[in-house]
Amino acid sequence: MDETIIITSKLLLALLIPLIGSIFVMLLGKDENLRETISSVSSIALFVVVCSMTPTIFAGQTLYYNLFTILPNVTISLRADPMSMIFAMVASSLWTIAVFYSMGYMRGLNEHAQTRFNACFAIAIFGAIGVAFSDNLFTMYLFYEIVSVCTYPLVAHHQDQEGYDGGRKYLVYLTATAKAFLLPAMILIYVLTGTLDFATDISTGIFPDGVNKAVVVMLYIFCLFGFAKNGIMPFHHWLPGAMVAPTPVSALLHAVAVVKVGVFCTTRVMLYVFGVDLMDALNLGVPTAYFVGFTIIAASIIALSKDNLKARLAYSTVSQLSYIILGVALLTPAAIEGGLIHIVNHAFSKITLFFCAGAIYVAAHKKEISEMEGLGKVMPFTFGAFAIASLSMIGAPPVAGFVSKWKLLVGSMQAHQIGILLILLTSTLLNAAYFLPVTYRAFFGKRPPDEPYTGIKEAPLSMLIPILIACFISVVIGIFPNFMMTFVKGVLG
Amino acid sequence: MDQLLINHGFPLLSALIFLPLVGAFVLLPLKSDETCRYVSLVFTAIVALLSFVLVAGFDTTTAAFQFAETHTWIAPLNINYTVGVDGISILLVVMTALIMPFCVLASWSYIQFRVKPFMICLLIMETAMIGVFVALDFVLFYILWEAMLIPMYLLIGIWGGPRKIYASIKFFLYTLAGSILLLVAIIWLYWKNSYTFFIPDMMWQPYGITPQVLVFIAFFIAFAVKVPMFPFHTWLPAAHVEAPTAGSVILASILLKMGTYGFVRFALPIVPDATLLLMPYVLWLSIAGIIYGGLTALAQQDMKKLIAYSSVGHMGFVTLGIFVLNKQGIEGAILQMINHGVTTGALFLCVGMIYERTHSRELSAATGVGRYMPIFVTFLAFFSLSSFGFPGTNSFVGEFLVLAGTFEFDLTLGLAAIPGAVIAAAYMLRMLQKVVWGGVDNPDQSWITDLNTREIVTLAPFLLFVLWIGLSPGPFMEMMDYSVTDLLDQFNVYKAQSVAAAEILVRR
Repeated sequence: MDETIIITSKLLLALLIPLIGSIFVMLLGKDENLRETISSVSSIALFVVVCSMTPTIFAGQTLYYNLFTILPNVTISLRADPMSMIFAMVASSLWTIAVFYSMGYMRGLNEHAQTRFNACFAIAIFGAIGVAFSDNLFTMYLFYEIVSVCTYPLVAHHQDQEGYDGGRKYLVYLTATAKAFLLPAMILIYVLTGTLDFATDISTGIFPDGVNKAVVVMLYIFCLFGFAKNGIMPFHHWLPGAMVAPTPVSALLHAVAVVKVGVFCTTRVMLYVFGVDLMDALNLGVPTAYFVGFTIIAASIIALSKDNLKARLAYSTVSQLSYIILGVALLTPAAIEGGLIHIVNHAFSKITLFFCAGAIYVAAHKKEISEMEGLGKVMPFTFGAFAIASLSMIGAPPVAGFVSKWKLLVGSMQAHQIGILLILLTSTLLNAAYFLPVTYRAFFGKRPPDEPYTGIKEAPLSMLIPILIACFISVVIGIFPNFMMTFVKGVLG
Repeated sequence: MDQLLINHGFPLLSALIFLPLVGAFVLLPLKSDETCRYVSLVFTAIVALLSFVLVAGFDTTTAAFQFAETHTWIAPLNINYTVGVDGISILLVVMTALIMPFCVLASWSYIQFRVKPFMICLLIMETAMIGVFVALDFVLFYILWEAMLIPMYLLIGIWGGPRKIYASIKFFLYTLAGSILLLVAIIWLYWKNSYTFFIPDMMWQPYGITPQVLVFIAFFIAFAVKVPMFPFHTWLPAAHVEAPTAGSVILASILLKMGTYGFVRFALPIVPDATLLLMPYVLWLSIAGIIYGGLTALAQQDMKKLIAYSSVGHMGFVTLGIFVLNKQGIEGAILQMINHGVTTGALFLCVGMIYERTHSRELSAATGVGRYMPIFVTFLAFFSLSSFGFPGTNSFVGEFLVLAGTFEFDLTLGLAAIPGAVIAAAYMLRMLQKVVWGGVDNPDQSWITDLNTREIVTLAPFLLFVLWIGLSPGPFMEMMDYSVTDLLDQFNVYKAQSVAAAEILVRR
């Protein structure tokens, strides 16, 4: 047996921690302190377990665990390789931060149904970890669908008309695309190749030689649209709609877990099902890059027009997610690195921004950017963190986003795609145009005369500390990107 | 008769068939309703336990008929009592035996008047249903096939809802009309095969293409009404809506399967040329059923109607799988028969439980009960997810196999079936959302009580099978594997020799 392969139930443990956590939250939810202790303990436990896998992965080994065999070559099985670790590290570390943040947020606003909220939150993480550790398309599809269904209660949390409308849109978009595109794609791949297992490297893919090219192209398009959580236009509407959810949900799920499930699945399938060689041969990469380039620009322009802070952040997310896919689609080493590292960089920075939006809402009950004039003077830490995270989104040094943008720019040059270069530069300008005014108005804007902001101060510490931690990490991974880069380099082999 | 394999001294199949009938006789002198319920439960439970013996003794490495028994019945006409199970029928027999005790449990408080006749009807149904799946003599099959109609007619007609008479007569007429031509076909086959009713002897015979087509049409009408395939389905929603819970469960879980079982058992091996000739039409009719059933289900306000129309769609997947004529398709179809039985049966039980509380089948009356019935909606959520083929549940495996078989057969056909899967998610999630959450203007449901222990016990085994088949279908697939392979091998051998088949294939 190949010594780079290790069969370990540690993977199962990582998967089960959030699930068991959620069951206990449901059973013992009446006591809110106990409930939140369970959430925090499980989030920390998950993070520890995921971290404990890093040495083996760094050593070039891959972890496997087989759970169920459904049909020949259709199994529910788990794998931890460098690519899974990128996402698993992000999801598990941010879950710990988000748990503390949401305690402050939910209590601060006296939200209802907090038990359900915490339980569904944990199940969503269960799904995200499952996706990260999927060893094949079926396992990925399973957890992808679990995430779709279990986050509905979080989106519809307020149970008002707006919540239900947002929730319905959410379910319709995500389940319909998965059923309409992913299901046939998966079955056809099975019929064509006889397996659903991912390849072990990014170049070969799983398709045998001589398979009908037109069908492969069709399958590729199906996969691109099937994972609608990746926010590619025209199937992105669910994301702004999901912003009716409480802010911790928007932060962890709609900036990190759910949307990253989408891009992770998309890129995983591009690299490990189709493979760089086949994508190159069929010339699928560059058209994809231009296609998502449209989303990058269009979503940025829409973001510019939004006054609601969360809506602006949502469209920014739509735009930034496409960076990841663009990078991988260019298929050059630097571009793939830039795309994959942006999974991490965007996560930490965007969660900071959403955390800030939530803190502003809890402290000052403001949602519109135009109402935040001068608010930075009473909430300097929150807006300070917001400013730093915005820089990351724009791609300015020394914050995390700079690393991704640098790599993406290099990658587009390697691919000799001047058009992609222009898209990236234009979007940088647009990012600056929709993010910088928020900070500017908060710190230098004129306070409205009828609203002296007396009594408004920073959000409670349980929210502020997570904000500062997330912001701090955004800076740290901007200055020292090597730790996460090791995983990314591991993907490239 | 060399295909028969008599491997047990104990007549297990006869025990399974006749034990419920004995139970019905035991009920006759009883006075108390409560005793009737318990006696029926005991008899159905014994049959269920016996079915485990059947599974334990079943040899999965042969395609022959097992546990076979044969006794002379009407000697001058060469009619025999011949029974046996193979991989195609065993799962259906076991499912029937396992579902019946839960039908009794589901009727415990639902049926409040004429309890004894109700239970007798259930028990007679069980005898007939198990008999249909194991009969190897065509007359025996036909008699049991028709015998099912009467207790079912009574179940709907006496214990049904407001329009029970209309529904029961519609059910009766449709199925009866469907099966008249079947009798003609049986007699023709009897005459053609030198006066034998033994079903395996009628298979793979060179009848010539014209008689084959005629026999196929006779089979098709009988079975398509039963499945029901679009456009022969209109009796189904009416019957389901009016039937009591147990009646709906039996109808959905078991009776519908007889149509698709008939296609696999009779149409395919007895008239293979006609099957080959007409399969494109049946396939596209299946697609029509999938889409039409789904769209109609999407528009329903009545939960039972919703599930009834969803059955039309689901059974469309089954016929689709059968008629693509490859291993994945047929195995998927057989598994999907079981899955549909488990899932839809459970969904009807769920609706029955709501009905017992709200006395309404309207979706609007059940909106927003999730807050007060957490246990109930947990079950409902699993069954709804299973119904639209959520990965990890039973229906996913069946649907996956059927679609894999379909894609292997024809890409266009497979893609045409996909909208059905999308619509299925839409109508099930719509129902689930309404029941669990509702909207901002939910009726006051705070008075409603959650499931009691009996109801939990009734639903739990269904959930077990949903997840078991969903996560580890291996043992189930193994049961049918040999028989399906053998069926297709014989079909291919026949196809290679048949002139008509060659002509059909050339033209295509």
